[in-house]
Amino acid sequence: MKRLVLILMLLASPVTAVEPDEILSDPVLEQRARELSKGLRCLVCRNESIDESNASLAKDLRILLRERLVAGDSDAQAVDFIVARFGEYVLLNPRSGGMNWLLWGAGPLMLMLAGTTGAFYVRSRSRAKAPQDEELSADEAQKLRDILNN
Amino acid sequence: MITELGHFALLLAFGVALVQMIVPMIGAAKGWPGWMAVAEPAAMVQFVLIAASFGALTWAFVTSDFSLAVVVSNSHSLKPLIYKISGTWGNHEGSMLLWVLIVALFGAMAAWFGGQLPATLRARVLAVQASIGVAFLAFILLTSNPFSRMEVPPFDGQDLNPLLQDPGLAFHPPFLYLGYVGLSMAFSFAVAALIEGRVDAAWGRWVRPWTLAAWIFLTIGIGLGSWWAYYELGWGGFWFWDPVENASFMPWLLAGALLHSAIVVEKREALKSWTILLAILAFGFSLIGTFIVRSGLLTSVHAFANDPERGIFILGIMAFFMGGALVLFTIRAGAMEAKGVFSLASRESALVVNNLLLAVACFVVFVGTMWPLLAELFFDRKLSVGPPFFDKAFTPFMVLLGLALPIGSAMPWKRANMRRAIYPLRYAFLVAVAIGGLVWSMQTGRSLIGPVGMFLGAWILMGVVIDLAQRTGRGPNRLRRLFRLPGADWGKAVAHAGLGITFIGVAGIYAWTVDDIRVAQINVPFEVFDYDMTLRSVTKSNGPNYVATTAVIDVSQGGAFLATLSPEKRFYPVAQMPTTEAAIHQTAKRDLYVVIGDEQEGGGWAVRTYIKAMTTWIWIGTGLMALGGIFSLFDRRFRVAVGTRKTPVKGVPAE
Repeated sequence: MKRLVLILMLLASPVTAVEPDEILSDPVLEQRARELSKGLRCLVCRNESIDESNASLAKDLRILLRERLVAGDSDAQAVDFIVARFGEYVLLNPRSGGMNWLLWGAGPLMLMLAGTTGAFYVRSRSRAKAPQDEELSADEAQKLRDILNN
Repeated sequence: MITELGHFALLLAFGVALVQMIVPMIGAAKGWPGWMAVAEPAAMVQFVLIAASFGALTWAFVTSDFSLAVVVSNSHSLKPLIYKISGTWGNHEGSMLLWVLIVALFGAMAAWFGGQLPATLRARVLAVQASIGVAFLAFILLTSNPFSRMEVPPFDGQDLNPLLQDPGLAFHPPFLYLGYVGLSMAFSFAVAALIEGRVDAAWGRWVRPWTLAAWIFLTIGIGLGSWWAYYELGWGGFWFWDPVENASFMPWLLAGALLHSAIVVEKREALKSWTILLAILAFGFSLIGTFIVRSGLLTSVHAFANDPERGIFILGIMAFFMGGALVLFTIRAGAMEAKGVFSLASRESALVVNNLLLAVACFVVFVGTMWPLLAELFFDRKLSVGPPFFDKAFTPFMVLLGLALPIGSAMPWKRANMRRAIYPLRYAFLVAVAIGGLVWSMQTGRSLIGPVGMFLGAWILMGVVIDLAQRTGRGPNRLRRLFRLPGADWGKAVAHAGLGITFIGVAGIYAWTVDDIRVAQINVPFEVFDYDMTLRSVTKSNGPNYVATTAVIDVSQGGAFLATLSPEKRFYPVAQMPTTEAAIHQTAKRDLYVVIGDEQEGGGWAVRTYIKAMTTWIWIGTGLMALGGIFSLFDRRFRVAVGTRKTPVKGVPAE
């Protein structure tokens, strides 16, 4: 159910994403455009890049991106151009500036924290003494004798 | 009439669940056997009632009873029967009913198979399980009643979303729910053990089959969904890191950690409080998943739930169960003292590493999923966290996991001689590195994903083979001994091999997929990479409830005919929605994936061709993981334990 829900939105129309008439004649530029568009969000879709989306807005963005590349922008300039107009929301790959260091750092920090805790635990286990098995109660000892004598 | 009976059965089930929640809990506290004994029949009656209610709803869908609001908005009289049935859970109300049905099913199974549990523990487990049932039954009855009638029944329904009318998706939700909700059993065991104040090896053994079952179902459910997305979405993506997907992935990771840590509890009586915490959190993530899907909070435009009332209700349920369980945990965690002693190099430590990596990986997915919400709430930044982030932040943990796996599983319990444990793996490591290097030198481009994935896959697979070989000991009859290894050993081998194969598939599809987009004219051959393709014809035809546009494309390679592919696109007039049916030619090395697009103004059709490397390996690997779980589930010791417990009980009357 989870996935199907996502799909409902994912696909206003699932037929094609990049259309033949959009493709640049220069294969190197086209390749750069494809790579960049994988990191840009289709603003009217749900969690879908403009490379995958068939929405008309995604198509406009793809064409805009290609225009910038043809005009000689570097990858970073072209992306900045789009971010300046559509906001940070358009980036599927969040930047690491500002409080976003928390997002990027969450995994490594947690690994260090958990690793330290785990190391202390393992160390305490390796130094602990095995608990002595409790003595049998008189009742249990009697039962054991009965079984052994049978 | 049947509908009203279904509604009534649901109300009755709510009452029974209330009784099952309260009476056995008091009985267990006071030590009254009669009160505790209420739990089992109650669990079964509750299941039968909810099953009847679910049956009534299914019947309404099958007979296209358009006096029911749910049926109207999710069905159509022309729809094939199988999708009428699957339509029952293809909507919010029906899927919640399936949810409680599975909660009750697990409760009934615990009552059925729980004969060997101590009476107080069994009563408490069933009472906690019933409390989950009570919460969600109340949710259904108060906010999402599937049995509400239309005042004026329309002539026909609005059809189920066409994307859901597919065999892969018909069975995806039930499996996923069996997994999600299966974790409620681990949760109930954890909470019952906390109330009882006792966690021992036996507890580990009891909780493991339930976790294992939940994990198997989750694996199958996620795999089915992924496979469906692959062939249905038209561009061959199999994983999107969408919040809704992450919602199912997080419990899967934690369940994976839990079923490993439960082994440590069972065999060595260590990691107890951590295992309890994991059991609580794993179900907590199931609830978070439900909340994410139903509240529409993270996914502003959403098919299921744009009803804030429902979201708040589920948030309340989540707060109650997680808050309650965690408070109980902090009070009682001290009582769970570890007994087993082990050294730094040991299977126990290796499983601690496994748990660390899986849990932190889950945490990364969690932070990434929630970050857009947090950033907007606290820093006033509206941003997206998409696949590029998850690929970068999540993958390292899987690489570490893959690296550690063969070493960890070669370690003996308690105290290992590190050198002796690693020694047999030395050639495997060298061969795996060589394979990785070979792939690196052969591929075009400088991506690390491919070589690293192949290295890890080969390393894990060879580790599995060496582990199995070592388990057969020395001398003659090793083959016979191999086949007599316990189910758990085979389960471990098969599931780990499945993980390795999945790594290979995922690395392959990420590293070496290429695509081609072009306009194809009828009967004019075109070349895509080293395939020669010809679009023969494009025809329109009528399906049961859709209009299909089907292309016929001949593919040959090096002059030899390879296959005729028929990609199709469909249009569902009732729902006004198109879908794609990709044509896929599969081999072990690659999938040739062809999609037909729109007719072009200047003549010809848009044709998209993808060559997806190693994709089949993903499905085989996922299937093997589930199969390994099943082997492990049927290990003798889960049954032997039943037998040894029963013997003394039978002895009592004879005295």
